[in-house]
Amino acid sequence: MAWTKKDLLGLEYLTEDEITLILDTAESFKEVSTREIKKVPALRGKTAVNLFYEPSTRTRVSFEVAAKRLSADVINIASETSSVRKGETLIDTGKNIQALKADIIIMRHNCSGAANMLARSLDISVVNAGDGWHEHPTQALLDIFTLREKLGKIKGLNVAIVGDIAHSRVARSNIWGLTKLGANVILCAPKMLLPVGIELTGAKTSSNIDEVLKQADAVNVLRMQFERDEGAAFPEQLDYFKKFGITEERLAKAKKDIVVMHPGPINRGIEMSSNVADGANSVILEQVTNGIAVRMAVLFLVAQAKDARK
Amino acid sequence: MKEKAKILDEEGINRAIMRISHEIIEKNKGAAGLCVVGIRNRGVYIAQRVAACIKKIEGGNVLTGALDITLYRDDLALASGQPLVRKTEIDFDINDKNLVLVDDVLYTGRTIRAALDALIDFGRPKSIQLAVLVDRGHRELPIRADFVGKNIPTSNKESVEVRLAEFDGRDEVLIAEKE
Amino acid sequence: MSILIKGGRVIDPLNKIDAVLDILIQDHQISKIGKNIQAADAAIIDAGGKIVAPGIIDMHVHLREPGREDKETVLSGTAAASKGGVTTVLAMPNTLPAMDCEENIKLLRGIIAKNALINVLVCGAITKGRLGQELNDMAKLKRAGAIAISDDGSSVDSDEVMLDAFKSAKQYGLLTVCHCEDKKLSGKGVINLGFQSTRLGLRGISNESEYKRISRDIDLAARADTRVHIAHVSCRESVEIIAKAKKIGLKVTCETAPHYFALSEEDIVDYDTKMKTNPPLRSKEDVAAIKAGLKDGVIDAIASDHAPHTENEKDIEFDRAEFGKIGLESGLAISIMELISKKVLSWPELVEKISVNPAKILGINKGSLGAGDDADIIIVNAEKEFLLEKSKIISKSKNSPFIGRTVKGLVEYTIYRGKVVYKN
Repeated sequence: MAWTKKDLLGLEYLTEDEITLILDTAESFKEVSTREIKKVPALRGKTAVNLFYEPSTRTRVSFEVAAKRLSADVINIASETSSVRKGETLIDTGKNIQALKADIIIMRHNCSGAANMLARSLDISVVNAGDGWHEHPTQALLDIFTLREKLGKIKGLNVAIVGDIAHSRVARSNIWGLTKLGANVILCAPKMLLPVGIELTGAKTSSNIDEVLKQADAVNVLRMQFERDEGAAFPEQLDYFKKFGITEERLAKAKKDIVVMHPGPINRGIEMSSNVADGANSVILEQVTNGIAVRMAVLFLVAQAKDARK
Repeated sequence: MKEKAKILDEEGINRAIMRISHEIIEKNKGAAGLCVVGIRNRGVYIAQRVAACIKKIEGGNVLTGALDITLYRDDLALASGQPLVRKTEIDFDINDKNLVLVDDVLYTGRTIRAALDALIDFGRPKSIQLAVLVDRGHRELPIRADFVGKNIPTSNKESVEVRLAEFDGRDEVLIAEKE
Repeated sequence: MSILIKGGRVIDPLNKIDAVLDILIQDHQISKIGKNIQAADAAIIDAGGKIVAPGIIDMHVHLREPGREDKETVLSGTAAASKGGVTTVLAMPNTLPAMDCEENIKLLRGIIAKNALINVLVCGAITKGRLGQELNDMAKLKRAGAIAISDDGSSVDSDEVMLDAFKSAKQYGLLTVCHCEDKKLSGKGVINLGFQSTRLGLRGISNESEYKRISRDIDLAARADTRVHIAHVSCRESVEIIAKAKKIGLKVTCETAPHYFALSEEDIVDYDTKMKTNPPLRSKEDVAAIKAGLKDGVIDAIASDHAPHTENEKDIEFDRAEFGKIGLESGLAISIMELISKKVLSWPELVEKISVNPAKILGINKGSLGAGDDADIIIVNAEKEFLLEKSKIISKSKNSPFIGRTVKGLVEYTIYRGKVVYKN
């Protein structure tokens, strides 16, 4: 199995084998971060550009660390400081970065499909670091990686994703990745936060968190953003916590070894209680560590594929 | 690939490993402070066999590790087939050890160059020595092996195929013609 | 100057003709239609094996002039139309400035008189600046030469204003063309609400936002006791509502556009903004309903909703890209492929949708091939396959979702008032 894609845009576009290759490669890379000298020369002389149109510290830093551990040079462009404000189109920005002879653009954008558009307009690699409500493939990959590490497999697992599914790229990427690898995905949210036709992805839906937790081997808790100005109906904060918040009481009735994940940053007391976030079932910080390995694997693979095409 | 000649059979490989082990002990005046690190893939199994052999002769424990050099290759950008990255497993401190690096075939020397770079990132061994099952010549870098199982003169059109029971199901070394 | 079109399959549904006949054109009129016409001085066009039909009347076209001449002009738009076999267009009023007063319409009519290659009819705006607030003076719009009114691109939200519009339209004999969209429901949506919008993570536009507004407009028109024409019908419920209204005798007509029966939401692959239209490309179920509506007569007409946009406005993030696609040049071929080849409509039925019925709805004396009629005629090689290529697009804008498709049905001649305005 060889990786041939110059870009990583979403898990929907990958096969089971390709996802597995990324996970396996990430496993090899994980060791690098345990060394005294946490750096390998694999991407020496390559330039990765973090192009972020949305504020994000976690993902940007994770990619930056990953790229640096591969010896790539990293340039950060945030929308506040770029010429985006001067009205330059995304494709023009991309072509300028390409003209700088950068090798990889890692992009976060608030419009769904922005990474797809950039990728088809450029020869250099584009790694999607989150686009609108569409996909956040590396987040899902690190979630799945962590799950595989904890439970030894993905196939046949019952994985619950709880929260604002409708507006979540993390949810979409996880749904595609997990279902491709043979997990049973159960989406748990108030009806208004379940998007139309989501069952066609192969995931099941429920609005009863207690029922869902009983069966779940793992639960991925999404960050709730109540400040959205969509004009759409949204649950009331306290009410949401009461009905969907992950609490110790709820976990007590779940499988003993249930894995609790969260893409961060956590709203303590909104989507999960503090003691769950810090509790024995939580793998939240391991997710952060694994994020580096997964992103190293992704950067390495897309760079290799691009070189191989030359 | 057309098979031309069998250079070593199972017995031949065993003898070569036995001899290398003796030479390592002799050169290092025993097995104290010795560690053996194999280069993925087949070097790892040869390293394990050498370590076992040394243990049998000297007693005590010989540390072994596995090194994946993919990330240190100088031809990553040129590689046609995509290299698979595998795990490096060196679970001990290599500082101040006499480290024997083990690979199946020594050819251009570039793999060894990459391995040396990789090892340096893990620490500062007292010495690094090189053991190979087969040395087929055609060096492109100033690298030589300290311990050689068998020297085999080859042409560039030929390839040397090392098969090991742990990886390939049987022990043999062949020369084949590239097609 | 006379032209004799010989031996084509003449399709003139209004006169119930579908036969191999000759047509003699003298000056700008058809002077004779029949078998074996002889005319010594006429230029002869051999139409053997070809379709000869009345020119297409496209009642939904954005020519963009004045104001956005970078997208399209009267000249470029009518040239594109002539290539597509279109001899009459109704120009939509969402120009800059909008066609909301006598002066603006006169300005446009001046440009048309100078530059148009075919018949361009003007649609006035319903409200001042198309803002849905203040009704325009319909008497003045009519006097300036508008034959219809519409706030196309938007719907008039206020029931009171819209009711007044219908009343006023009735008083001055104007056709009211309704863009039916409840913005409170469609919101910031960019594609059809459904699995595709979920998959792509894009905001959806529900069928409801369209059909509810259609219901309201039909209702208001009935209260004003006048006719209403529903533009770009795209979904099943809309067809059902219009069918019901027609059944009880309300004066409702409607059109759809080729992309609503040739494409579905599933064609929005990889965020192709050329597929971003308003109303959006709908589900396959809706596409089937549109085809059925065409077949059973609920949908009267096919219009292109030709909406040119520059690449700057299209080659950007899907959310930010303009709605709309061009369609003048490809409409006929797409209709032949989707409706004739797939046996949804016969040729005479298609000619009704693209020429006869639009003429009736607009109240113009066109769409037929009788002696004395305007010589607006197209000659089509219905079997000829060709590739729709970007480089061959005449329109100033290239935002066609059909680029790269091989289609069937090449317009060989477009004759407008006795003059060959396009020849392939």
